[in-house]
Amino acid sequence: MQIARVIGTVVSTQKHRKFEGAKLLLVQPLTLDDEPRGVALLAVDAVGAGEHEKVLIVIEGRAAGEALGVKAAPVDAAIIGIVDQVDLHE
Amino acid sequence: MQLAKVVGDVVVTHKDPNLSGVTLLVLQPIAADGTAFGRTLVAVDSVGAGPGETVFFVRGKEASFPFYPVEVPADAGVVGIVDHYDLAPVPKRRKPAAPPVR
Repeated sequence: MQIARVIGTVVSTQKHRKFEGAKLLLVQPLTLDDEPRGVALLAVDAVGAGEHEKVLIVIEGRAAGEALGVKAAPVDAAIIGIVDQVDLHE
Repeated sequence: MQLAKVVGDVVVTHKDPNLSGVTLLVLQPIAADGTAFGRTLVAVDSVGAGPGETVFFVRGKEASFPFYPVEVPADAGVVGIVDHYDLAPVPKRRKPAAPPVR
């Protein structure tokens, strides 16, 4: 999994039917010191995350499909949790 | 999934039989600010995206799911056309209020 920040929402009316009702959020993966890392991704939101929130995302099709709760959904990323804090042990 | 722009399409006549009738689009992945990011790729299309449109695509075996039960040999597939997406304004750190002028 990865830690990311919700940076936006995506509106799409013409999409695969298995996305019906799913919220599509734009998330920016973060390094451990909260710097953006790599490109922003689109994830289906399975936990009701809000903008700017730090979230836990899964980036693999089967896991994302299970998080969405829809069989054989063409998804490969999903938000599966909202991060309260990250403790690093030096 | 990832955002991308449709920059072209690919015509392939001699191909895997499971690809017959499947549209192949050339995509340029884009970052949240719309600028190109990374290499272009070819993706199957199940939503009828047109040239120049902003779409989102899925990678991996899931790309073949929209064509079930045909086992389309694809590792990337356009699964949605973006109407628009808005970036949440980054919260500005509020500068401490200026001390009152005496």
